[in-house]
Amino acid sequence: MADTVVGATPDPHVSGDDPNRRDFIHIATGVAAAGLVGGLAWPFIDQMNPAGDTLALASIEFDLSKVAEGQQVVVKWRGKPLFVRFRTPKEIAEAIKGDHADLRDPATDESRHKPGKAQYLILIGTCTHLGCVPTFGGGEYGGWFCPCHGSVYDTSGRIRKGPAPLNLVVPDYAFLSDTKVKVG
Amino acid sequence: MSGHSTYEPKTGFERWLDMRLPIVRFTSDHLMAFPTPKNLNYWWTFGAILAVMLGMQIVTGIVLAMHYVPHVDYAFNSVQRIMRDVNYGWLIRDLHANGASMFFLAVYIHIFRNLYYGSYKAPREVLWILGCVIYLLMMATAFFGYVLPWGQMSFHGAVVITNLIGALPVVGHSITTWLWGGFAVDNPTLNRFFSLHYLLPFMIAGVVGLHIWALHVPGNNNPTGVNVSSPEDTVAFHPYYTVKDGFGISVFLILYAVFVFYMPDALGDAANYVPANPLVTPQHIVPEWYLLPFYAILRAVPNKLMGVILMFGAIATLFVLPWLDTSKVRSMRYRPTARLYYAIFFLTCIVLGFCGAHPPDDAVIPAISGPQLLDANLNSFVWLSRIAALYYFAYFWVITPILGLTETPLPVPASISAPVLSHPASAPTGAVASPEKRG
Repeated sequence: MADTVVGATPDPHVSGDDPNRRDFIHIATGVAAAGLVGGLAWPFIDQMNPAGDTLALASIEFDLSKVAEGQQVVVKWRGKPLFVRFRTPKEIAEAIKGDHADLRDPATDESRHKPGKAQYLILIGTCTHLGCVPTFGGGEYGGWFCPCHGSVYDTSGRIRKGPAPLNLVVPDYAFLSDTKVKVG
Repeated sequence: MSGHSTYEPKTGFERWLDMRLPIVRFTSDHLMAFPTPKNLNYWWTFGAILAVMLGMQIVTGIVLAMHYVPHVDYAFNSVQRIMRDVNYGWLIRDLHANGASMFFLAVYIHIFRNLYYGSYKAPREVLWILGCVIYLLMMATAFFGYVLPWGQMSFHGAVVITNLIGALPVVGHSITTWLWGGFAVDNPTLNRFFSLHYLLPFMIAGVVGLHIWALHVPGNNNPTGVNVSSPEDTVAFHPYYTVKDGFGISVFLILYAVFVFYMPDALGDAANYVPANPLVTPQHIVPEWYLLPFYAILRAVPNKLMGVILMFGAIATLFVLPWLDTSKVRSMRYRPTARLYYAIFFLTCIVLGFCGAHPPDDAVIPAISGPQLLDANLNSFVWLSRIAALYYFAYFWVITPILGLTETPLPVPASISAPVLSHPASAPTGAVASPEKRG
């Protein structure tokens, strides 16, 4: 209806760069299409993120009285191994001594356990290199050794040697009672 | 090569159909009458072999999906059930698992043939890039497929490979969580890998269609690298190459059958017969043989992010190769110096694969304690893979561009027919002395 016909009196709104009704429809359609694609893209991307039930299972409680001195219990948390270690006084002393060493990812041993609970070290048991599970007792620092690519951690779980960039991660956890912790 | 059709409908029905859907004409032009250089050797049969392998993987894969259960509690057992209880399940599963290796063997031969005869050069750059895309899709498909049996190597392989992405700064961690659909490789990960493993082969088939389309515009390269100049240089695809390809396929299938029937587990890892356990990592994580060279490059670098960048860079380099090569002569038949560097490059890829299969700190030559160099012993697979990785990149980024400008190629024949007609004397009779004029 707003089309100009050759020979017809030009509509002053049609000539030049003024947007006419057809331009408006083009632009509105384009914007609607872009909005639709954008709006649909996000749900299709976000569906791959952790689902509600996966997130709901994200915290566990653990009774520390099950771990004896010098022992390590491995529990599964968020699909990954969780190391719960009851450290011997010797291990704690070595870890404190390590505070002054040349560390790749500097952290004091004190910052890696809860106050007054130096014997309990709780760590996510996946190597910070590519996610393998380190074994305790290997390597020259008395802590963990990763068999995949040779990363060595000390008795505080700090990276001392090998390709891993960071210390073994201390998860968020809190003591619910003297012997019970909630992780996550 | 394209545009001119020699098809003539013979029956009334064919004429009727040709007016409406010229599918017989299309088949005739591209599979029957297609003019093909008459001097193609057996290295040229691997395209057809690859098409057969893709078909084989899709057919066996669809059947396996009818019996496989993509759930962490059932996946391992469902594969064992296929092997033990499903009628001919062992055959179909061994065809599929070994088919992947055969597929890669064929694609590597296809790629090395391409590098030798310079088939990636103008006007076949898009053809080559589409081939690189197929190769990337194949690696992704193979990785997803390897995770599905949910053995120890499946699981921890998936952990290590997905953690590679975690090396990216800032967004790495969010992307790995997104890929996993949780906080670790778990059931959501297995489900989506199954879905993608089913999808990607069809995407490969689509890109193969484009690959053949791009091939049929300039037509095949050939061992001389000289352009087709007259109809005398070509023969019809059928029956000449359908038969030649058919013979190549038959021989290749014999090799495939040897693996399937006599050593079905030779190319796999024993650790994958242990069900996945997220709490214990196998002593030594290795990918399947066809990914070992890239794994070696990854481990050659002490820095996590740099290792990942170089590993992907090794593949990305292939995409730009047509623009790195400065030589006007396609075929290395006439490039003796390039042939030497090519031979070293081929060995380098084998060495890298060998390095990827061994723990990095192991000694290359046992019983010799080499000197310590920087962070590792010189007599270790770390240093061997560093030297090999250096040559890998140098071959593409330094040697290929410089050599094309400095070398003196041998005389290139005037046409495909020329060296054949002057046989058995030698190529130079009837050859031209200005190879730079023939592309």
